[in-house]
Amino acid sequence: MSSANAWREATTLTLPVMFGYLPLGAAFGILAVEVGMPIWAALLMSLLIYAGAGQFLAVALLAAGAGLVEVAVATLMLNSRHLFYGLSLLKRFKGAGWRKPYLIFSLTDETYSLLTTLPPERARDHALALRLGLLNQAWWVIGSLAGALIGTALTFDSRGIEFALTALFIVLTLEQARRLRQALPFVIALATGVAALLLLPDRHLLLGAIAAASLVLLVHYRFQAPARSGEGHS
Amino acid sequence: MSDTHLVVFIATCALATFATRVTPFVALARQAEHPLILHLGRYLPPAVMMILVIYALRDFRPLAEGQLNAGATGWPMILASLAVVVLHLWRRNALLSIIGGTAAYMTMVQLGWTP
Repeated sequence: MSSANAWREATTLTLPVMFGYLPLGAAFGILAVEVGMPIWAALLMSLLIYAGAGQFLAVALLAAGAGLVEVAVATLMLNSRHLFYGLSLLKRFKGAGWRKPYLIFSLTDETYSLLTTLPPERARDHALALRLGLLNQAWWVIGSLAGALIGTALTFDSRGIEFALTALFIVLTLEQARRLRQALPFVIALATGVAALLLLPDRHLLLGAIAAASLVLLVHYRFQAPARSGEGHS
Repeated sequence: MSDTHLVVFIATCALATFATRVTPFVALARQAEHPLILHLGRYLPPAVMMILVIYALRDFRPLAEGQLNAGATGWPMILASLAVVVLHLWRRNALLSIIGGTAAYMTMVQLGWTP
């Protein structure tokens, strides 16, 4: 595939993310400028931090005059779900070479979702993964910059456009189900997701559900392992 | 606030965020082929995807506070989600499903329409 075609393919794959990241990034840019941050700082955040909810939190903490330790702890807590993303990508990122640091840096919810839903034959295509990561961050940076620069002057009524990310997650869930053809992970997710919704405050919801799902999968593995390896003993 | 403070602040957030992303790759670099890691690699992504859907739809709580109360965007959210599912099962074109569902949602929200 020629370079131009490869980028075209990656752009098409990231279009749904673009519909979500441009308005969300713009919302971040507007907020950053509203609390008195210079435009370069908002841009720097989207370039170096690159985490949606994390950046909104950072701006709120900055405005509240929080200390650095407090900021570090809050950021670690909010983003600790990323720990579980890495777990399921260990093998896939093997052999990614010079691309690996950026692939890890750019692991947002949306990039993780796109990567893990690629067809099996493309799963180890690290060049494609890099293009997806770069494009997604580009949408985020462009959105933030536009928000910081033109901010409140925007006249286009974009209310509701953030639903694009919800739609993306729905489509990717359907694709994962089609691929796997097993109910197990979806049943686990439904149970832990709904339980977290009922039991946990909003800010711990995502981490709680993902951690619980991982734990259930761990238990499932422990119960399955003897059945797989223990045939000789019984 | 000084520029230096701002840069240190941003660097702190950047390092903390990167730490959460890189830790498994550093801590478990040699365990990539372990059957448990492979097990998680197989089942965790679909579970996470489903959880992200539940999380994105969390504002829809029709029975919150003991009465029918779905919030201003609750029903448009559910209807648009159903539209995404139906479109996707029908045509299996990701972009079409996403644009169709989002357009439906934006229309309902901007017109203030709710059942």
